[in-house]
Amino acid sequence: MYRYDQYDQAIVDARVAEFRDQVERRLSGALSEDQFKPLRLMNGLYLQLHAYMLRVAIPYGTLNSAQLRVLADIARRYDRGYGHFTTRQNLQYNWIQLKDAPDILAELAKVEMHAIQTSGNCIRNISSDQYAGAAADEVTDPRPWAELLRQWSTFHPEFSYLPRKFKIAVIAAPKDRAAMRLHDIGIEIVRNADGQQGARIFVGGGMGRTPMIAHEVRDFVGIDDLLSYLEACLRVYNRFGRRDNIYKARIKILLHEIGVDAYREQVEEEFLAVKQLGLDPPKAEFDRIAAFFADPPFQADAPDTIDRSDPAFALWLDQNLAAHKQPGYAIATISLKPAGGIPGDATAEQMELIADLAERYSFDELRVTHAQNLVLPHVRKADLYAVWQALDGAGLAEANLDLIGDIIACPGLDYCSLANARSIPLAQKISNRFADPERQRDLGELKLKISGCINACGHHHAGHIGILGVDRKGTENYQLLLGGSGAEDVSLGRITGPGFDEDGVVDAIERVTDLYKARREPGERFVDTYRRLGMEPFKEVIYARP
Amino acid sequence: MTNSPLRFRDEPEHDEPAVTLDAFLGQSNATAVRIEAGEDARALLPHLDRLALVEVSFPSFRDGRGYSAASVLREAGYRGELRAEGDVLVDQIPLMRRCGFDSFAPAQPVDAAALARALEQQAHVYQGAADGRSPVWRLRHG
Repeated sequence: MYRYDQYDQAIVDARVAEFRDQVERRLSGALSEDQFKPLRLMNGLYLQLHAYMLRVAIPYGTLNSAQLRVLADIARRYDRGYGHFTTRQNLQYNWIQLKDAPDILAELAKVEMHAIQTSGNCIRNISSDQYAGAAADEVTDPRPWAELLRQWSTFHPEFSYLPRKFKIAVIAAPKDRAAMRLHDIGIEIVRNADGQQGARIFVGGGMGRTPMIAHEVRDFVGIDDLLSYLEACLRVYNRFGRRDNIYKARIKILLHEIGVDAYREQVEEEFLAVKQLGLDPPKAEFDRIAAFFADPPFQADAPDTIDRSDPAFALWLDQNLAAHKQPGYAIATISLKPAGGIPGDATAEQMELIADLAERYSFDELRVTHAQNLVLPHVRKADLYAVWQALDGAGLAEANLDLIGDIIACPGLDYCSLANARSIPLAQKISNRFADPERQRDLGELKLKISGCINACGHHHAGHIGILGVDRKGTENYQLLLGGSGAEDVSLGRITGPGFDEDGVVDAIERVTDLYKARREPGERFVDTYRRLGMEPFKEVIYARP
Repeated sequence: MTNSPLRFRDEPEHDEPAVTLDAFLGQSNATAVRIEAGEDARALLPHLDRLALVEVSFPSFRDGRGYSAASVLREAGYRGELRAEGDVLVDQIPLMRRCGFDSFAPAQPVDAAALARALEQQAHVYQGAADGRSPVWRLRHG
């Protein structure tokens, strides 16, 4: 994985010093909260319901064990012994004190981490495929591209006060594991007819109150032009994106209002001008970055078979493993979704145990997924049983990847000052209702996503089943959506009808899954059956009078 | 505005008042113009050789359109004074300098010591911009 050189380290260290200065000015009263707010937001520090929340960037979801141990240590020393992995592959601490924030950033800087641009109206942490560099189906490792973009976007002088936040995802496989087309810019690395790698550019996706799927704006941008092209994409947005209404300020609204063709024309015109400025680094810089992502020293003759004689282990293998590009190796997902648990939470002890496993069995590498799980990307098949036993001993061997228990949920009203409804207790209720592993497996792939408000941090629009918490005359009310997807079959869910209370929505989910079981055809996932049957039969069972 | 602007230029302050973009485009002899946040800086490109001062308005520190306006003007070769006026915060001035602003008229007074620290903070930058600083990729590869 990428390692900082003297320049990267100097930039992050300078940021820590700057923020320490700003916090001192705030604590002394020299800065008002109003004046301080934009400064702390640029460092990922939010003022939430009960305390400060600090969001730490995990660029493209890649971590090493030393970094995860520091995250655990910070959780123990400065928080309440746990952290929360987010749908942007980041980590949030929910109980931070302002006076500690500079020290925490200094601890992070020692292991080449930061909280730069994890909030604010700027280009946010670049997200990617959690299986990057390991997946059997990838064209190439997307992370060198993502790292190039991380550096380009860090403290970008022109794009630090955009109309609204700006999220970029980079993938390089036909299977989309990063919800790429639900980002402001989604990039798919492809190979053209000449065998050259380049970026296919999608613009204008997003969730929030007006969900939209990104449009293809360019089918191929070579690495030599990528930064200039993105400068053009961002400049058109910065100049013409709406600033009169916060709810219409994302780039998706600009594309919707002027149309993708007009946007593309403006970008191409801007690109011709920007390309003359020499903003694109030489190929040698890309190669320098890419060298950090070379394959780890795989054992060439690693055995490709697995002893499946332990039935509980076999179930975990069937559910939580993905195909690795290297024979004899596998990608193992560690579910942070135990029945009744808080999706994405990990204790300091769990983080340390997982760090140990990564160091011993996965070439010191870990990934965070947008579905709020962790991944050991490079495990020898021969080591899987030992890994599973260690996870099982720590309560981390839940075999529910992509099943109904693998719920994405935002922090909701328990933590977030924007939320209208609680997300976590509902996730716990649903995972308890469907706790039976056999029942979960029978329902098959079923992505359930919960947001506690219209901002959609819990990706409810992209859930096969989505839930949106709203406030209805002072009581929490939950709307149900069906048919969304954040994957390569991207689609937006539709609201079934009137909302429910907390127990009512759990009952409604049970009814739609019962209908699926009754009506599914062989091989159909829940979302396939929904797409074939349409909304009506589902509505009938949800709202049937007893 | 009674205070004289913070300037990073050697030549004396331009003494002609800035006119609106409409007024500028409608008359041939003005040498100073003010553009509001929503106005298109590209309209000035045919006239850059007779401009001595462009003042870009920042109605709110959150409104970042002026950063692009400045970049567009500098990229097109404008060498005169480029002033940021309005809700300009001390911690934003380093970014504005990078986009080519060399003069500042903040609505609120700026703490000179905080500004000096802010301008010194980052020895390195990751990307090329109108200030011509070498991005770290150039330092890495010569």
